Amino acid sequence: MIEQIATSFVASAGFALLFNVPGRHLGYCGLVGMLGWMIYSSLLQLPADPILATLTAAFAVTVISQLLAKVCKTPIIVFSVSGIVPLVPGGIAFEAMRNVVENHYDMAVQRAFEAFTLSGAIAFGLVFSEVINQAIRRTRL
Amino acid sequence: MQQSAPNAGQIAKVCMLAGKIMLENGAETYRVEDTMNRIAAAYGVPNAHSFVTPTGIIFSLGGMDASTSLMRISDRSTDLRKVVMANDISRRIGRGELTVEEAYERLYKVDVSTEGYPTWVRLLVAALASGCFLIMFDGGWADFVPGMICGGAGYLAMLYVPRYVSIKLFSEFTAAMTVGLLASFLVRTGLGQSLDKIVIGSIMPLVPGVLITNAVRDLMAGHFVSGLSKGAEAFLTAFAIGAGIAFVLSFLGGEAIGG
Repeated sequence: MIEQIATSFVASAGFALLFNVPGRHLGYCGLVGMLGWMIYSSLLQLPADPILATLTAAFAVTVISQLLAKVCKTPIIVFSVSGIVPLVPGGIAFEAMRNVVENHYDMAVQRAFEAFTLSGAIAFGLVFSEVINQAIRRTRL
Repeated sequence: MQQSAPNAGQIAKVCMLAGKIMLENGAETYRVEDTMNRIAAAYGVPNAHSFVTPTGIIFSLGGMDASTSLMRISDRSTDLRKVVMANDISRRIGRGELTVEEAYERLYKVDVSTEGYPTWVRLLVAALASGCFLIMFDGGWADFVPGMICGGAGYLAMLYVPRYVSIKLFSEFTAAMTVGLLASFLVRTGLGQSLDKIVIGSIMPLVPGVLITNAVRDLMAGHFVSGLSKGAEAFLTAFAIGAGIAFVLSFLGGEAIGG
């Protein structure tokens, strides 16, 4: 578990650096990615459905990013991207590709659909947190 | 004095430049429109209109003598530092701290600046991130260094291929192919163990993260043209990466996949 926490922090902060995020925000980016990944991997160990885990993690990542964006007065994209990237179903997409190459089209379609559904879960995580954000803003006014 | 009543042309210039910087460097479309309108409002033009798509900006100050500006955006990359800086400047304009001339000067400096992390740092970080992704996806520590090598090589291809070929998809395809070739070489020579994990970890730095998030956020904000076209770009990028890997796998046949 410790290695997961450490590597997710480094990977997310590194991803932010590749997008040229200013140095003072890199730590926060790592933190967002780390929290998102911890939620994702601990939900998977429950075990929960990968779709639910991805949805929850994407939701958490965006909520935290929104808070950080308010505090640091920067666009939210700075923080959310590095948290979302680890959730992208790269592994499943790879398996789909591999099955295509091996002429196992039935498996390939299954995997591709799985990857598609997980991407949809990420999108809905983003939408839900935006809904919450707007709801909070409206009630305060 | 100019300062008290900036003319319409200057205001439009500042707005266009701010919009251009933000759009070219990976801000969401709705944020670009919002920023441009806010800047115009801060300079006393409350009913400005901006229409932004990923490939162009149309901006009108509104009113009777309105002239409309159009700008074509052909290069898009991701440099969030510039987005943050342009956003800061627009906030300061909103607080009335900057005159039109000052704002334009500052934005121009942001636009032409090449400030950023040096290439070797990016390369090292891409390699390190690939290794870390490999561990996150349950790879073994024995594959950490092979993952770093492949990830670094893939990112290197991503940096240098665009200098010779201007087709964006091709550089992603080449990068993925480099990763695939190098990974299967390392696995065959016994330096790496699991081809799957190495490849998955190493292609992570190529994933179009900004595009995916922006596509969803733009769709949510009702910018369907931008959302759909960014989504298509993200899908094509993913497809190019997948095709690069598939190309290598199909060439090397079953032995490479067995790892």
